[in-house]
Formats: sequence, C-alpha cells, structure tokens
Amino acid sequence: MSELYELGIKEAKALLDKREASSEELVRALIARKNAADGEIGAYLTFDEEGAINAALEADTILAQEGRTAEQTLLGVPFGIKDLINVAGQPCTCSSKILEGYVSPYDATVVKNLKAAGAVCAGRLNMDQFAMGSSTETSAFKTTHNPYDLSRVPGGSSGGSAAAVGGNLAIATLGTDTGGSIRQPASFCNCVGVKPSYGRVSRFGVTAFASSLDQVGPMTKSVEDAALLLQVLAGHDEMDGTTPKIAVPDYSKAIEGASLKGVRLGLPKEYFVDGLDGEVKRITEAAIKTCTDAGAEIVEVSLPHTEYAMAVYYIVAPAEASANLARFDGVRYGHRSTRSDSVFNLYTRSRAEGFGPEVKRRIIMGTYVLSSGYYDAYYGRALKVRTLIKRDFDNAFGKVDALITPVAPTPAFKLGEVQDPVTMYLNDLFTIPASLAGVCAASIPAGFAGGKLPVGVQFIAPGFAEDTLLKVSKAYEDARGVL
Amino acid sequence: MGNDVKIDVAYVAELARLELTDEEKALFQKQMEGIVDWVAKIKEVDVEGVPPTMHGHEEVNAFREDEVRPSMERELALANAPARTGDEFKLPKIVEGAES
Repeated sequence: MSELYELGIKEAKALLDKREASSEELVRALIARKNAADGEIGAYLTFDEEGAINAALEADTILAQEGRTAEQTLLGVPFGIKDLINVAGQPCTCSSKILEGYVSPYDATVVKNLKAAGAVCAGRLNMDQFAMGSSTETSAFKTTHNPYDLSRVPGGSSGGSAAAVGGNLAIATLGTDTGGSIRQPASFCNCVGVKPSYGRVSRFGVTAFASSLDQVGPMTKSVEDAALLLQVLAGHDEMDGTTPKIAVPDYSKAIEGASLKGVRLGLPKEYFVDGLDGEVKRITEAAIKTCTDAGAEIVEVSLPHTEYAMAVYYIVAPAEASANLARFDGVRYGHRSTRSDSVFNLYTRSRAEGFGPEVKRRIIMGTYVLSSGYYDAYYGRALKVRTLIKRDFDNAFGKVDALITPVAPTPAFKLGEVQDPVTMYLNDLFTIPASLAGVCAASIPAGFAGGKLPVGVQFIAPGFAEDTLLKVSKAYEDARGVL
Repeated sequence: MGNDVKIDVAYVAELARLELTDEEKALFQKQMEGIVDWVAKIKEVDVEGVPPTMHGHEEVNAFREDEVRPSMERELALANAPARTGDEFKLPKIVEGAES
C-alpha cells in the first residue's frame, strides 16, 4: 500500500469507509510528511495541527457510529486551503504583511460547504501576494519550491496549493484562478487543476482580486477527485450575487465511462505560436495524438482576438484590484502604520508598509486606467474587446465540444529567473482568454519536459459545462495512462 | 505605438492612497509606461457598436427580500481592529480643531 499522504480523495474515502485507516491517521500522516518535507518545499504558511486532529477525531466518531450521511461525501478527508479563503478562527493573510495577524471571523461559503461535507480544513497554503503573480515569489512570507525541482518555482498564484498536491503534502487543495492561477501551477507541479466557469462557485469569504474573473477551484491528484471536490464547491449562493441558480450536474456520474469517441476537440490556431517551448510543444502534440487515437475528432478553430487578451486582462484585472484593495486602509483590520498623524497618512502609510511591490504596481496601474481622462481609452475599450474575445469562444463552441491547448508557454522556470513584470505576465498567455470569456478550463498532467519537469495540457469547455470539461479530461487521463 | 506614454505616478499614487518612496516612483514610472504602452495594443481593435462585457456571464441582478437578518457579532467584527475604543474603531483626529 502507498503511504497515507500519497492518497487522493477517492482512495482516502475508500480506506475510511472500510475502516482501514482513520481520519486521525490521515491527518497525522500529513503532519508528519509536512514536518519531514515542507522545510524544503515551503507549501504551507501555517497548519493548525490541533484543530485538524480534533476535526478528524469528530469525523472518526461519526464513521464509527452512524457512518457518513449522503451529504458527507468528504467525511474525514483533510484539505489544504489557499491563504486567501477564510476559515473561521484561522489566519488569512493572502501572503501579505497587510494581513499579518488577521484571524478570519467567519467561513467562506466554499469552506462552509466543505465542512458540511465533513471535510477537515488542514493547513493554509502559500501564494503570490493577493494572488498577483505567476511564481508565488511575491509572497511576503516565504519561498515555495517546485517539488519536482527545488531550484524552480511552483507557478502561481496558487503555488502552495499546487506544490502541496504535487509534493504529496496534501490529499487535495483549494486554489483560486483569476487569469491562470490554478491552471499554470497545476501544470508546473503535475496536478489536476480546474478553473470553474465564472459564477459556478461562490466567492463569498474569498479575498477579492478581480471580481469579474476570480473563481475558486479544486487542485487534485486525479480528475475523479476534482469531480468529487467540485461537486461540493459548486452551486448557487445567496451571499454571492454572481452565482446563478443553474442546477449542478452529478460530476462523478458525468465522468463514468468517459470516452473521447466522437468528441469534437477544437485546436485554436492562435495558441500554437512562436515562443512556445519545444518540450511544451512536443507534449501538447503528444496529448492531441492521444486524444485522436482515443477517437476524438480534431478540428482547427480560430479565436482571432487572442492576441488582445493579455492587454485586456492587464487593464481589467488591475482596475478591479485597485477598487477591491481600497478596503485595506488600516482602519477596521489589517496593518496600521504607527507613523500616521492624520487619516490621510494612516491610509497611505498603512498601505505603503503593508503591500508588496507587485500589489503596489497593480494598484497604480488600475488606478491609472480608471482615472479621469484615461477611462474610455483603456478600461472602457478593454471591456468592449473582452466582448469580442467572448464571442470568439461562442463561435468556436458552435463547432466543437471543447478546446485543447497548452497551459503555459514553458515548464517551471528557475526561482529568481524572471524579473521583468511583463515577461512574468506572459505566463498566462494561454489561460487568460478563457478567464475573460468566463468559460471553464482545466490543466491535466500530460508529460515531463526533459523527462523531469511536469507539463499539463489545457481543456476548455463552454460556460457551466463542467460536466463536459471533466468528461473530456477524464477520458484523456485514462487514454494517457500512468505518466 | 511608440514610447509616448507619460504617467504622473505621484498623482496616481495619491488617488490610490498609497505612499511611494522616490525609488518606487522612479521604478514604477518606467515599468508603468512599459506596461501601458504594451496594453495600448487594444487601440488597434475596431470596437464600433460592440457592447462592453462586465462579467463572465449574462446574469445582471440578484435580488432577495429586503428583510432584516442577523449580522456579524460586534465582538467578532472588532476582533481584528488595529485600535479600538469601547465598541468603536479608534482613528486619528479627522476634523481640525476638534477633540480627538
């Protein structure tokens, strides 16, 4: 049998149900693994060991007495949480000094859902500060290393969530994705990462970065696990007005006997550009061949406005961030400067001392594009180009069931290697368009660059078609076999 | 496009209520002009008659009954306050000449 910390959700559930392992044993195995390996990897910011063990003991009591209820699909299974999702009584720093010492007064809806399903919230995961970054290097607290090569980044912004899954420091984790923050680190750390459609999962209690883009999603060791976890996360929430009352399909059922036979997979020609790393290209082409061999029909499609997606994103996301981050003013919570002698200085200095350089850069950028005289030229225009990008996807999905593309232009790069902001931003070249269109997308492990560095392949499906997305992903995963 | 973008970083920082050091101002000035020059690419696109997209889907409003519901307990809401006095957040004096 494999070690307990190597398990995915499905295997852990099976052991718990057969009483071959207890939730307490699972949690203790993860704590021991964390103590042995996380010094090198650095995925976790904090881990409430006592709280996790107590929650596990409660789950074990239920399992020993009445057994799990139909609702308790994750009973006793521990999950790591990205450090911008509120869990009552735990820290929530967003990897920023401005929230050092903050203790969440309430549970985010996704956490409430996890707890209702019996899950144990075990550990807070490092991230790029306020989810701004593609390498987790903008964290104010620590460096997270790629578990497959410690000299490299885990990706970001959900780098801790990805490194924990890829490094077997967690059974599964929650990440968030605004422009690629689940998918790119999933690709770098060999895990499954799903960015749900805009509105599929509640953001109540999730620190906002760019509110027209942010989504919470699962980061797991298999597509089956992603289906189990997404089932618990998805659905309408009256605390988040962007979650429509669209029924949530049974995702585990949707992927049963998944096949690519007769599935029409679109290949957007704009995604196969110069500058794509040779190994990424080779692995993506191999994944396309795997799909063809498994019966998929490959159709070339065009998303003509792709070349404008980065520009639209780097106007829209900072604009929204500059508004969302206005709440960090040193008044009600978070860091307050001791150098303030007026309310104005209290704002400007608390923010100056609390925010890191990338966050400041985006606040300046966002404030600029929203400022009088520039609004129409940048923000107003970007929203219109966003419509054209969205229409590109609508047109493509008129012809195909899903799209297949690379996730990131390269495998994991070296820590400290990328210094120029725009070069860092280009990591999200292939993930941003789907975010702007609001559709769902996943990164599925596809191979190893140079036999060593993980590389994922991206599937993209229409809005609220997570069942299709997971079905295609599962069928690919089966056809691909063990990596 | 050309590098003709000029940004008054000090002014923008003031709008954003963010104090910047001189080094940060100089660095952001340079980086920001590069980024703005880069995103100005959207000016190439013909957007005549195209409506804006604000969100990832078409839903507009979400209403519920306007009824009083319990809100967060006061102690919880104040628990993270950097400074408090009784049941209130404590702040520096705002109005000139007033008692602090």
